[in-house]
Amino acid sequence: MACIEARGLRKAFGTTIALDGVNLHVEEGRILGIIGPNGAGKTTALNAILGLTPYQGELRVLGRDPWAERNRLMRDVCFIADVAVLPRWMRVSQALEYVGGVHPRFDRAKAEGLLAKTTIKHTSKVRQLSKGMVAQLHLALVMAIDARLLVLDEPTLGLDILFRKQFYDSLLNDYFDRSRTIVVTTHQVEELQHILTDLMFIDRGRIVLSCSMEEFESRYLEVTVNPDQVAAARSLKPMYERQVFGRSILIFDRGVNRNIDRQQLAAIGEVRTPSIADLFVAVIGNQSGMAQGAAQ
Amino acid sequence: MNTQSNAMTESSIQSQGIAQAARAMYWSIRRELWENRSIYIGPLVAAVLFLFGFVINMVSMRRSIVASPRAQQHDLLATRYELSGALIMGTALIVGVFYSLDALYGERRDRSILFWKSLPVSDLTTVLSKLTIPIVILPLLSFAISLATQFIMLVLSTVILQGSGVNIAALWREVSFFHVSGVLLYHLLTVHGLWYAPLYGWLLMVSAWAPRAPFIWAFLPPFVICGVERVAFNTSNFLMLLQERLAGPGDAMAPHSAPKDFMATLIPDHFFSTPGLWIGLALSAVFLFVAVRLRRYRGPI
Repeated sequence: MACIEARGLRKAFGTTIALDGVNLHVEEGRILGIIGPNGAGKTTALNAILGLTPYQGELRVLGRDPWAERNRLMRDVCFIADVAVLPRWMRVSQALEYVGGVHPRFDRAKAEGLLAKTTIKHTSKVRQLSKGMVAQLHLALVMAIDARLLVLDEPTLGLDILFRKQFYDSLLNDYFDRSRTIVVTTHQVEELQHILTDLMFIDRGRIVLSCSMEEFESRYLEVTVNPDQVAAARSLKPMYERQVFGRSILIFDRGVNRNIDRQQLAAIGEVRTPSIADLFVAVIGNQSGMAQGAAQ
Repeated sequence: MNTQSNAMTESSIQSQGIAQAARAMYWSIRRELWENRSIYIGPLVAAVLFLFGFVINMVSMRRSIVASPRAQQHDLLATRYELSGALIMGTALIVGVFYSLDALYGERRDRSILFWKSLPVSDLTTVLSKLTIPIVILPLLSFAISLATQFIMLVLSTVILQGSGVNIAALWREVSFFHVSGVLLYHLLTVHGLWYAPLYGWLLMVSAWAPRAPFIWAFLPPFVICGVERVAFNTSNFLMLLQERLAGPGDAMAPHSAPKDFMATLIPDHFFSTPGLWIGLALSAVFLFVAVRLRRYRGPI
């Protein structure tokens, strides 16, 4: 069974269309990164998946209709909306007690074990913790819940690089076990590149790119060329080009231009897989109109 | 056999669901008490301040109490006992009003609603747990605090009046401690719990809806309705309606009248056959239904 299945998901706020017929299919055991500019509809899509907002179209999460069965769904789904949603008056010990009280799948010993690795004290109130510690606390609470889907909406917003790294390491090492599914949105794309299994770009309520990371690596190539080779590189129809220190960096989409291979590009410059961030700029920045068809 | 086992699992799933709902309710109420400590601190502070005033009063009045005739002695003390109950109830009422106004607004303002909604607690459970505070928890708490306060007052007056010639045994007998507290409990549960339910329902609904300043949204509309009615029809039915609601179920029971007549006016039959009670409860149900629906749609502001 697919973890998330959406067909023709639509959502409008007045005349603003936040989601414009989104089709989505996420299998269990994947880590999907949803990337998009501000206001692209990422949070709206997540809110629909979490049953926080009504929508048009068809949507099933773990076989349930999230809007109609939110509280039942929340036994199998966890989410961290952003770093600032834990109630500031709450003590750490109260948070543990409360989540343990209302959630049948919460493993308190596991949460305490995770907290023991941090400097967070049980007697502290959330308002006394730093932003990074609040994120650690929320992650410890969420990771101690035996859920099937974890949704993270900008979970590391405003955290310093050490906390961000720790956050994703902890998630991978102590939580992800290939039977769980994680959906994450973020602007800090670079840190995600090595942990994602699937990638999705969303812009103006539409999915503009959707592929697995294996496809991503085989499909997109980036080549850095010296000025004397630019003409040759351009003749191969790159999807995007930018200049850095007098050299040109070109990105090629083998999905569009199948004749291109690595050797051919290696002859004119240095070839590598583009970073998600660079591809994002290439796809979204190049628009409008150049919608890449969904690969899946 | 098969149907039987099916029925068994069905009923066990059902009872599991009920147990889960009860746990969610219990922990939701506990978390309200964690967050809003004014629920018990408010009435407690009122009681302590009252006791402080009472001691000063007793010490300074000692001579005149001793000198007055016995019947008057009783009245002097009885009024103070009633006053302590009224003060604690009044405090609880104010705490309840402000609590209800903030209950579903505060969680949207501080964005914690996203955390609460990430847990398997339904909107219905949340709203009901928040209603429980003013109509069950606060009355019971103010009853317990009133009882303790009056007991302390009795002990204090015994100590202060000792050896003054006042008949202490008669004092204990005449304040009819348990009789009065029984009446108080009944009053708290019926008037504060049931009669005021639509008021708290209204406050919770406004608190779930208000984009900002729930206080103004809660109190301005009744005020405007009164004004418009006055201008348009030169009547004040709405105002009368509000006054009746706030004053308590007048004919059905008369709180704070002479203590001797309490039981006579408090006949439950009378109270529970008042149409106003049932209209009020129906209205509360409507307000709560709307509040639950609103919470479902509302996110952080």
